[in-house]
Amino acid sequence: MNVALASQKFYFPHKHLLGIKGLSPAEIIGLLDLADADADYNRRVTAKRDILRGRTQINLFFESSTRTQSSFELAGKRLGADVMNMAIKSSSIEKGETLLDTAVTLNAMRPDILIVRHHAAGAVELLAKKVDCAVVNAGDGEHEHPTQALLDALTIRRRKGRIDGLIVAICGDILHSRVARSNILLLNALGANVRVAAPSTLLPPATERMGVEVYTKLDDAIAGADIIMMLRLQRERMTTSLVPSTREYFHFFGLDNEKLKKAKPDALVMHPGPINRGIEISSAVADHPRSVIREQVEMGVAVRMAVLQVLARHLRG
Amino acid sequence: MNAPEKMPPSSGRTILTNARLLCPMSGRDERGGLLIEGRAIADIGPHLTGSDEPDTQLIDCEGHLLIPGLIDMQVSTGEPGEEHRETLATASRAAAAGGVTTIICMPDTKPAIDDVSLVDFIERRARDTAIVNVHPMAAMTKGLAGKEMTEIGLLRQAGALAFTDAKRSVANAQVMRNILSYGKDFNALIVHFIEDPHLADVGVMNEGEVSSGLGLPGIPAEAETIMLERDLRLAALTGGRYHAAGISCAASLEVIREARKGGLKVTCGVSINHLTLNENDIGSYRTYLKIKPPLRPESDRRAMVDGVHRGDIDVIVSAHDPQDADMKRRPFAEAADGALGLETLLPAALQLYHNGATALQPLLAAMTIRPAQLLGLPGGRLAIGAPADLCLVDLEMPWRVDAQTLASKSKNSPFDEMVLQGRALKTFVAGRCVYSYADLPLRV
Repeated sequence: MNVALASQKFYFPHKHLLGIKGLSPAEIIGLLDLADADADYNRRVTAKRDILRGRTQINLFFESSTRTQSSFELAGKRLGADVMNMAIKSSSIEKGETLLDTAVTLNAMRPDILIVRHHAAGAVELLAKKVDCAVVNAGDGEHEHPTQALLDALTIRRRKGRIDGLIVAICGDILHSRVARSNILLLNALGANVRVAAPSTLLPPATERMGVEVYTKLDDAIAGADIIMMLRLQRERMTTSLVPSTREYFHFFGLDNEKLKKAKPDALVMHPGPINRGIEISSAVADHPRSVIREQVEMGVAVRMAVLQVLARHLRG
Repeated sequence: MNAPEKMPPSSGRTILTNARLLCPMSGRDERGGLLIEGRAIADIGPHLTGSDEPDTQLIDCEGHLLIPGLIDMQVSTGEPGEEHRETLATASRAAAAGGVTTIICMPDTKPAIDDVSLVDFIERRARDTAIVNVHPMAAMTKGLAGKEMTEIGLLRQAGALAFTDAKRSVANAQVMRNILSYGKDFNALIVHFIEDPHLADVGVMNEGEVSSGLGLPGIPAEAETIMLERDLRLAALTGGRYHAAGISCAASLEVIREARKGGLKVTCGVSINHLTLNENDIGSYRTYLKIKPPLRPESDRRAMVDGVHRGDIDVIVSAHDPQDADMKRRPFAEAADGALGLETLLPAALQLYHNGATALQPLLAAMTIRPAQLLGLPGGRLAIGAPADLCLVDLEMPWRVDAQTLASKSKNSPFDEMVLQGRALKTFVAGRCVYSYADLPLRV
């Protein structure tokens, strides 16, 4: 597909990308189409373009990240932007500066695009109100992680040819997962049948009202599923004991070959990473031919390029 | 673990004839016989009057009461760790002598039963040494410390029938919420001892006129009721399966009744001590009556009996808690909590029937079919196909309790020297007779 044409096809009215919430199905599909083309483009020998030449992109990560930060960095560089990484360790945050003071300071440097990850839900939106540039949410607390949901959708669509009507089981630590929230919103918007599975202690209250089928047994949730999305057990976010042990968690909620048999024969296994082998997923399944975990990483770069491209349309001058 | 699996199955068929058959599940109360084949009840009814077949053993019940064997869901032993107090073997002999065919043992041993390997240990030891059915309850928090929940799923699969911290309450409401919520996924019954540890503090008996007179620190009934109210709200919030282990006062019963009116499915138990004794029985510092929860005033005891009679209290437990003499021969405040109960559970309960306080059916239901249903056990009923766990009861026989002749290793019976009316004559577990009163020296 012609990249220039694809980017013209749809209208993206938003200045920022703060979440999947607020995006129309047409906007999501437009982003996926564009990212689809970018993914093909990235496989060429000369992947670099100059769409963002002269633009400054700051990756502002208040929470440590390897894959998301490098994915955004690569996406910006492939489009020709000047990319700067700001990690918490070397920032003013440790010296006591508030989030908004940081925002005002950075804004004075006149960046074009800010990529922000923060440990508090709503922090990215708060920051977006105080700066003049475009802001992309790279994960805010337990709220949203929109580019992860987009890259998951792109991975599914390229493998299955559609999202509509697929049975997608999102399994594991739903309570602490921004990935789950963004995916539920996106997959529902595109017509998938979404199931979630977790121990009751790892389900957010009123999960059933998010438009999903709720399961407390992994086997039931993945029976007949087209897609199994495993989530990482985020023990660092737990203040009390929500599961008794990793041994018990793996026994009941870890995806192994035996449990995988319950899914459709051509089901795909996904994981946003980083994976904990032997806790939520067995090594055999993580490295299984049906596992598309590495493909998700590749699609991540393409999706982030697409997001940068559509936000660049609204940039000044 | 069904103990008698190790023993050879009883040789074929036994018919118990001329019995008063009483089954609290079906409501059956009639003259008749019962046929045991192998380990199970094969037939039952008035038509079983005898047999001409040569290998059929006949036992004439002489009109005595034949009931399902009792299921006691609160038994402490000292195994593992304090075998000098009680072992699974001695507890099972005390049970058999009291007509109890299934005991659920508490996890407050040393170490606490909070790991799959320990559940397995109890099951193997019971299989090898016990003469009645023994099932473990597992701890609901690691080390009974009230902080981190145990591996409820794996423990359940290993055979833990329910989860409890025995005589300890989980003070942290968040921990309790997580246990109820997580346990629900495994249909795990959470059995909670209800006593606010801060309100109970150093108290050693019921707070009131009697404690003031004795100069002993008291435990207000509110320590129990406040914890119960908290728990019921958490049960409603989580949808978890909740059982209040042993209530002791009228206010708690009222709280349970109100919650049920609101549609909450919760259950509760009471110990035989709180049905038959009150705080005045402590007299001049009788440490054998020092128990948890503490004995309450007579008005509370009456309320408990009424609760059993109306079926509002689901189960009666022995709260069997053997303590050696050294732990009891101390100043009241320093003595250990706990009282023997297995062997006297049925005879003591029958006093409530003899004095007209409750009918026989609801009284026996609370020790047979209702704990069976709560714990998912196949016994507790006289039905074809059910395990032949039975108790033949002489309702009328008067006898004097002599702690020294009780089968338990410890002798701390609060009923010592009391004259009771009615007792178990024979006890059958899985079709085998494991206790026969006539085998004992006569001691009326």
